[in-house]
Formats: sequence, structure tokens, C-alpha cells
Amino acid sequence: MEKYILPEIPNYHQIDVYEQHGGYAALKKVLQMKPDEVIDEVKKSSLRGRGGACFPTGLKWSFMPKGNEKPKYLAVNGDESEPGTFKDRQIFEQNPHMMIEGILIGCYAMGITAAYIYIRGEYGKWIRMVDKALADAYAKGYIGQNILGSGFSTNIYTHKGAGAYICGEESALMNSVEGDRGYPRIKPPFPAQKGLWSSPTTINNVETMTNVPLIINKGAEWYSKIGVAKHPGPILVGISGHVNKPGVYEIPTGVSLLSLINDPQYGGGVPGNKRIKAVIPGGSSTMVLRGENLEGVNMDADSLKAAGSSVGTAGLMVMDEDTDMVRVLARIAHFYHHESCGQCTPCREGTGWLEKMLHRFEHNEARQEDVDMLVNVANQIEGNTICALGDAAAWPVQSFVKRFREEFEKRVRTAEHSAA
Amino acid sequence: MLNKENLDKATALFARYPEKKAALLPILWIAQEQEGWISTDMMKYIGDLVGVPYAHVMGVVTFYTMFNDKKLGRHHIEVCTNVSCLLRGSDKIVAAAEKVCGTKLGSTSADGKFTLSEVECMGACGGAPMLAIGEEYHEHLTAEKAEQILTSLK
Repeated sequence: MEKYILPEIPNYHQIDVYEQHGGYAALKKVLQMKPDEVIDEVKKSSLRGRGGACFPTGLKWSFMPKGNEKPKYLAVNGDESEPGTFKDRQIFEQNPHMMIEGILIGCYAMGITAAYIYIRGEYGKWIRMVDKALADAYAKGYIGQNILGSGFSTNIYTHKGAGAYICGEESALMNSVEGDRGYPRIKPPFPAQKGLWSSPTTINNVETMTNVPLIINKGAEWYSKIGVAKHPGPILVGISGHVNKPGVYEIPTGVSLLSLINDPQYGGGVPGNKRIKAVIPGGSSTMVLRGENLEGVNMDADSLKAAGSSVGTAGLMVMDEDTDMVRVLARIAHFYHHESCGQCTPCREGTGWLEKMLHRFEHNEARQEDVDMLVNVANQIEGNTICALGDAAAWPVQSFVKRFREEFEKRVRTAEHSAA
Repeated sequence: MLNKENLDKATALFARYPEKKAALLPILWIAQEQEGWISTDMMKYIGDLVGVPYAHVMGVVTFYTMFNDKKLGRHHIEVCTNVSCLLRGSDKIVAAAEKVCGTKLGSTSADGKFTLSEVECMGACGGAPMLAIGEEYHEHLTAEKAEQILTSLK
């Protein structure tokens, strides 16, 4: 397939090269359209958010109030902290202008006058790349006052995070932009009513915005035919773990997980031709799948849902037959406990309990009743917190114990044996 | 506290946001780049600059793991041990780093040269296992490569 998000064009990150290949044509086209027509086009394309929740982008944009009683804002989510996810970094590096052009189109469509690209603090080098791209786009008159003589004005800034997974949650991200701790907010009110500084705000993922110029240039109809109809378009998949060629690959949605793992153009197979024991398809919060159940499972929202997981951020983590599933889950539990913001008791306490119990399993000190207690604690976190971090901590536990119960039982037996 | 150049940079940030408080994180970054860490006095100073109480600044500094309210060693070494790195042998990278730096994960070496930290996923899973020295990522590591890189800092 032709690559659109990460095209193989040398120096595409430079504004001149980007322009030579048709860059910023979509912005020029949009400035001749009515804002509602732009939103309709994005709706028709069936583009769904690439940040994990798969929410229809055009629909999200249509929630923004019309009129200008209050300033409106856009926050672009480049926090990229879900373990197994490393795709936005490639966009910052290889194609920052297409992201910027998408942001400008979004701003025009929703009447937004300031956009903040929130990028995780660890990406200092990549923030400087985006800042350079922004400066070049300002210099060419694509951003700022009276853009290309259209009368439309908007500003775009980067905002650097400082090491907090929770700031990838949209309302925590807004608090972080406002200069507060990254605590998620209770919804409603939803961001389109009350977001940044209590004004209407839309939050979109970096990769989502990068898809927008494509839709404008080639049309919604063309876009909606790439990949799977209900979740179309190019998608960046990050493949990591036990594969020969880990990395970020651009695919049309709907490629099978087995081909992503084994095909020489993607993961290139498991080292040593070992058996696949398990995969986590979309970042560490998505439910684990057993290797022998991957036949017919594809990288798109519906297929992964049917298989009992979700597409998440399309961060595919592959585990071979020698992987210790108890240790992997213990590491995941350690992560969510570390990253819980501490506002909600079920998550603050529950993630700690999960970590402690899994530490017992890992060190062969677990009791038989601990197997079900793990699931019980996870079930009590799920759905009982302000934001989805609680769910994200619960889903791996529920799915690991359900699908690899024998490995947890085995640790109990070892514990009983060493006690005896 | 902030030198003249950095103070100008900091105050220029206010124009980006409708409220001054929003410049708090970017200004804390400027302070940390200048000093290497953020002292209590610096927090008070920045609170006055931004117009928020010292307690708010401290709350923010302690919430975000990348802000240091204590001095670190000359080199900050962060080893990722999250799933993708774990699967590709981060245990060996941790062992190599502990050996070369002469200190355990989560501590600073006696000579003050290295602070060694476990870090959560840094978004480099395709290059696992990895470590970062300050802002610089080192990916596709082996224990030998990690030892070599860290030894060169000595």
C-alpha cells in the first residue's frame, strides 16, 4: 500500500519538500469552504480517533458550539505514554507538517483560535522538531493572523508534559495545560461545553489530525474505502516484543495480526521461529489474547472487539512461548499503580493491592484464593473511577487471569510446595 | 533566581495562554534546565512570577516525575523496564547500568556522577531495550553496548 502518514520521501519533514509534494493544498482548499462543509467531509470519511477510544472524529468536531461567545480551543494529544505505543514520535520526526495542516483544518472547521500540542516531556528532541516546523509554517503565513489572506487567524503552540501517564487522559491533559496537577475531571460537563479555561475545547490525537489533510485532498469517499469500512484509513501500528523487526508500520486497517507478526514487510516473524504465546494488541491496557486464537483476528476496532480485546493505540506487543505471563502482568500492575493519580480510592488503593498480590505470585508466595481475589479487586476498580485509568489497570488483570489461568495456578502450587 | 535571558523567555510565555498560571509547567522546565533541579526557593520565586501560591507550585513539582526537587548526579541514567523492554532483556541492561554506575536502581552513586532510575515506557518500544541519558535515547541495546556507552561517561 502507498504510505500516506509516513511516506517514503526524503526530507519530507522540511516545509519546502512538504509543499513540493502538495503540502498545505488541503488548507488552501478548506479556506474556500464553509466550516460546516469541512466537518461534514470529516464525518463522511468515517475517520475514528487514533488515540485509543476510536471515537468518530467528525462527530466530535460537531459537538463544538457554533458562534464565538467564548474563545474555543483545541488540544492535540501527543502525550503518547501507553506502554507499547511509539507512533506519534514518527509523525513528529517524519511528517510534522501534515499534522500541523490537519490542526489548522480542525481549527478552521470549529472556529478555534488557539491550539496546544501536548507532547510528553521525555520527547524533548521531538518537541524541538515540532517547534521548528511550527516556526517555518508561521514564517510562510500558514499559522498566525489572517492566514493566507482568508481573514481566519489561529495560533499553535507546543506544551511540554513532565512525566505523567495520566496526562494522556483528555481532562487531565487540560489541567496540565492550565498549570495544575494532571487530575482527570468529572464528566459531564464534557470538553466541548467546558474544557480549557471553561471554554469549549476539542481534544484529538496527533495521528488523528495527521489523517485530516488526506481526507480533504482526496475526498471522504476515497478515504473511507481504505481498509475496513467501519474503521477506515491508514493506521500506524507499533510492533514490539518478540519479533525480528520491531518498529512502526503504516497499514490500511484490517491487516491480520498474524501477518503483522510474521510477514517480512512487517514484524518478520518470531526470533528462533518460536511459538507465539500471547499478544497485547493495542497498548498495555488492552486485553491480552492467546497466540493460538489469533487466526482471523485483524487490526481494526470491530475485529479486535469480537476477539475480546480492543484496537487501543495499535501498539502490538508480541510474546513468545518462553514468556513468563505472571511477570509481565506484575510489571503492568506496577506501571498502573505508579501512574494512578490518586484521586479515586478504588484506583489509588486497588492498583496498589494488585501490584502487591502479583508480587506474591511472581515470588511464588501466592495462596490459592489469590487467583480469584486478583480478579475480584480488578472488577471493583473497573467502572468505579473518574477516568479510564482504573479500567486500564483492571483489563490486563482480568484478561491475563482468564486466558492464562494455568500460569497463575502453577505459581500457587509452587508456593504451597515450598511452604511444605 | 532565573537569569535575565531565562526570565525574558519565561515572561514571553504568558502571551501563549489566557491565564498566567498555564505557563507554570513551561517555566518550571526553564528553571530546571538552568539549575538541574528545582529548589524550594525557586518554587517560591516561580509562584510569585506566575501568581500562584508556593504550595501550588510544590504540588505540581511533586506530581510530575520529571521535575526534580532534589539534586541529581551529573548524569541521569533512566532504564526502561516496562513490558516491551522487559521482553527484550531490560534485566541485563539494569544489571549492566548498576555495575558501571556503581549504584542501584533508584539511587545516586557515591561520587555523584550517576543517578540511576527505573523509568516507565518512554515510547521507544521498537528500539527495546533502551535507556536514556538525560534527553538522549539509546536504543537497540545489549548489555555490552550499554556498558560501553555508560563507561564513556566516566
